Amino acid sequence: MAGSSFLETLYNTGPGRAVARRAGLTDPPKLRRGHTMPSGPVALATLSNSGVGAETLALLGIDTVAALVDVAENRTKDERGRDVPPTYSPRPGALVVDATGLREIGQLELLRQVLRPAMKGLERSGRVIILAADASTVDGLEAKAVAQGIDGINRTIGKELRGGSTSNLVYLSDGASAEDLSSSLAFLLEGRSAFVDGQAWRVSCRKDGDDGTATADRDKPFTGRVVVVTGAARGIGAAIARTFGRDGATVVAIDVPQAGENLSAVANELGGSALQLDITAPDAGNRIATHVAAVHGADRKIWAIVHNAGITRDKMLANLDEKLWGSVLEVNLAAEIRINAVLLDENLPGGLDHCARIVGIASTSGVAGNKGQTNYAASKAGVMGLVWAMADELVDRPVTANAVAPGFIETDMTAAIPFVSREIFRRTNSLQQGGQPVDVAEAITHLCDPASGGVNGQVIRVCGQNLVGA
Amino acid sequence: MALRNAVVVGGNRTPFTKAGGRFADASAQDLLTSALDGLVARFGLAGHQMGQVSAGAVLKHSRDFNLTREAVLGSALSPHTPASDVGVACGTGLEAITTIANKIRLNQIDNGIAGGADSASDAPIVVSESLRQAMLKASRAKSVVDRIKAFAAVGPADLLPVPPAVNEVRTGLSMGESQALTTRKWEISREAQDELTLASHQNLARAWDSGFFDDLVTGYLGVSRDTILRPDTTLEKLAKLKPVFGRGDDASMTAGNSTAMSDGAAVVLLAEEEWAREHGWPTLARIIDTQLGASDYVTGAEDLLLAPTRAIPVLLERNDKSLDDFDFIEIHEAFASTALATIKALEKNGVGTVDRSKLNVNGSSLAAGHPFAATGARIVASLAKMLSEKGSGSLGLISICTAGGQGVTAILEAI
Repeated sequence: MAGSSFLETLYNTGPGRAVARRAGLTDPPKLRRGHTMPSGPVALATLSNSGVGAETLALLGIDTVAALVDVAENRTKDERGRDVPPTYSPRPGALVVDATGLREIGQLELLRQVLRPAMKGLERSGRVIILAADASTVDGLEAKAVAQGIDGINRTIGKELRGGSTSNLVYLSDGASAEDLSSSLAFLLEGRSAFVDGQAWRVSCRKDGDDGTATADRDKPFTGRVVVVTGAARGIGAAIARTFGRDGATVVAIDVPQAGENLSAVANELGGSALQLDITAPDAGNRIATHVAAVHGADRKIWAIVHNAGITRDKMLANLDEKLWGSVLEVNLAAEIRINAVLLDENLPGGLDHCARIVGIASTSGVAGNKGQTNYAASKAGVMGLVWAMADELVDRPVTANAVAPGFIETDMTAAIPFVSREIFRRTNSLQQGGQPVDVAEAITHLCDPASGGVNGQVIRVCGQNLVGA
Repeated sequence: MALRNAVVVGGNRTPFTKAGGRFADASAQDLLTSALDGLVARFGLAGHQMGQVSAGAVLKHSRDFNLTREAVLGSALSPHTPASDVGVACGTGLEAITTIANKIRLNQIDNGIAGGADSASDAPIVVSESLRQAMLKASRAKSVVDRIKAFAAVGPADLLPVPPAVNEVRTGLSMGESQALTTRKWEISREAQDELTLASHQNLARAWDSGFFDDLVTGYLGVSRDTILRPDTTLEKLAKLKPVFGRGDDASMTAGNSTAMSDGAAVVLLAEEEWAREHGWPTLARIIDTQLGASDYVTGAEDLLLAPTRAIPVLLERNDKSLDDFDFIEIHEAFASTALATIKALEKNGVGTVDRSKLNVNGSSLAAGHPFAATGARIVASLAKMLSEKGSGSLGLISICTAGGQGVTAILEAI
């Protein structure tokens, strides 16, 4: 540890930085964050007969410019006589490609044509956002293969883009409207999606009775809504609570009694409330509901619950006993299932509203496995399985269940990783840096957005397109 | 005008620690602010204007003349929340609760917060009386010479600071020495004191382990549990301690069966019953009535810490109750022998018998500690929760002895 601190100190000195830069460890790009739109224009490309992209941007009140197209007649020659693709001026902040009409392999060329000028043409923290038809909604082997092929393009350009720019893909299922797409598109364009890169998720038609709306105040979509966040005393949980608070929510911050001091500070800062609770208590669900009704009003219901509380008890499986095994699964997975079951009772005062959002926290360790984390990976992959299953089970009620899977996030927990390993972890992603707790929080507020009723059963990684589990 | 009902909605306190321990650098104001902020968070009151906050501290610095108001301003409450300080020594917390409850009952406010804080670690140290007089005289002097002359009478010994002492002004005896007289007079045995001490620790430990304090305590400065509590203490361990108060072979008061000097703060949230209901707030228990009593201890006719035995009969008679009517009885354990002598005196005076199975069932000051002004709100918050869990109509009695030969008592009833 002493050696690590010495190295870290050295690394952070002026000469240390200079040497590091010479060795290829350049300072990572500073990412655009928060409710900020790109400063440059939004370029739109509509490939073959579709219009949902244009419609959604219009709904969001975003003006667009036509995307440049890399075809022979648009190219110019440089001084050495080589073909140069058309060049943007000014640099756009985002390129939205509506590829929902693509069905044939040959049509993928259309995608190449609009992507090429953007690859070096975007402003810093720029965005490539591709909209495509979900494979389940197209007919024929070729069309289905094309649908998946587009994700290959998405994931690759995520790795090729520089300057903090990202690429993400939204698959639209049958019937998904501009209104259903609006929250995801706004999220991706804004700085809120800073650390989400190379991801693909599906937007379907929101369920009957989903009273979410795309016309609500986009900066404060949670005004008047109660949001419950577990593990909210510090780190990512506190950032989640603060982000919901920023966006208007009445936050109920939950953590174990031992964390009460930090917890009450977070709750008071947000004008919310604190509930000291061990979520593994058998009556945890009822105590959450009782608290909501007692503190925030007998007629209040929970709009969203974020199951953020989690623990690690890392050991190689060869050294892992039943106690370390069980506690991780209990806190990270079993408690969440029990609490949801209780809160989903529509007759429970202070329970989840008829229309509600549930979010779990998975992990890249769950996606890809991680040495020394069998228990943790089991719980986090379990969370993914849980939200998929809940999305299937809750077909008749406008409740969505989704998860985020954070990669390397700068927290007290990751700060404890020895310096060299930490520096490797934080750089092995397309954005060459660790994410901030707020990046995870932003992905969660997107999933809980009243207008995100069409985002259901999805797992969104917040990992800067980490190499692990990609 | 019909009186309204004042109910306990909930409470919050810091963990209690031994003086000089983890809270050594915290002032009474820091502690009170922390207790308030924990309560504010628990009930989502950030930015809210409360009817009034009333609290106090026994060990006060001169800067603490507006202790409660300053704590409110440092808390997450609205700055429009008015505040007042109350002082009845160790009865401060319960008297502050009485103040707020009575204002609620009189329709002057709909809600309020009451409690107290004390830091025995951060006790004020003052200069000697002759130095103080000299400084005052010098400040009135008109010339440099007069200013110097003012200090002529100050000797070297007067320059020593005067640490605080919990000695009675009129008898010169410390609290422990006074109680030693009571212990002898009422023939309270060492064994009985140690048994009560053991029960206090066991009861408090069980309450902590069962999660009883999950919604009554908020951690502070990294401490999340009472640090004086010794869950593993035994009669054998307690029996080995040497007496620290009293003289002679029958001296029986030890550091184990006397409360430790402590740091901490506690507050309760009170509201008018209907108002609380309309706002969906929990209504744990009504504050039925409170009563102060005072004893003639200076002449030696009565005991310094048994004044509650004068208040309790008055309280019982006014409310047409007997000791048998109560489901829980909370007698503040200033010393184990105080609680035991109080029980004996009530019996001897014909007031009634205290059923020991109802006494301090979730522990009391011997195990929790006793930051003087915080004890009232600690007891009221815990008792109100116990009564609410026991069920509608259940009754609780509180008895707190104080310096100056006074006692503050109260009756709570579950709604």
